[in-house]
Amino acid sequence: MTLIGQQVTVELKNDLAITGILVSVDQFLNIKLDDIHVVEEQKYPHMMAVKNCFIRGSVVRYVKLPASAVDTALLQDAARREAQQPTVPAPR
Amino acid sequence: MSDLQQYVDQSVEVITVDGRVIVGTLKGFDQTTNIILSGCHERVFSETEGVEKVPLGLYIIRGDNICVVGELDTERDEAIDLSEIRAPPINDIMKR
Repeated sequence: MTLIGQQVTVELKNDLAITGILVSVDQFLNIKLDDIHVVEEQKYPHMMAVKNCFIRGSVVRYVKLPASAVDTALLQDAARREAQQPTVPAPR
Repeated sequence: MSDLQQYVDQSVEVITVDGRVIVGTLKGFDQTTNIILSGCHERVFSETEGVEKVPLGLYIIRGDNICVVGELDTERDEAIDLSEIRAPPINDIMKR
């Protein structure tokens, strides 16, 4: 299951929200988007000439996913399986 | 991997955590998103007058201060009359 290629909206901690096609994500949650537009472009015309961008993971507040792209059955299954695992004692 | 390799030697627009917009040519970067920009200028947005361009020259920006790096479509950029644009500056990222 992957969200690469889906349209997502990344809301940043500076309240800027950028919608685009998800290209890649790395271990820092740095995100690359293609074919972007800024939500509320009237208020934020700063990126009008930018069509793809790199977003630093540390500044991301939310990533909004299309509900249709989330496989809830799979997630519920995984959560159920994890809940059934015997708890591992915390390391001292 | 999400790195900046594809933007090297391209014109990029950088938004910093304090809300500044800096445009220049990306010359280098590393794994912590420190970047080198050559021939860069700042674009100061204002609600009362057009965008002011402040020449800066060669800059190294520490990764901690970077918010977004976008590839600038130079054709589209040149078609925009910055002196006509009225907009508040981008917010800074509130430190918590």
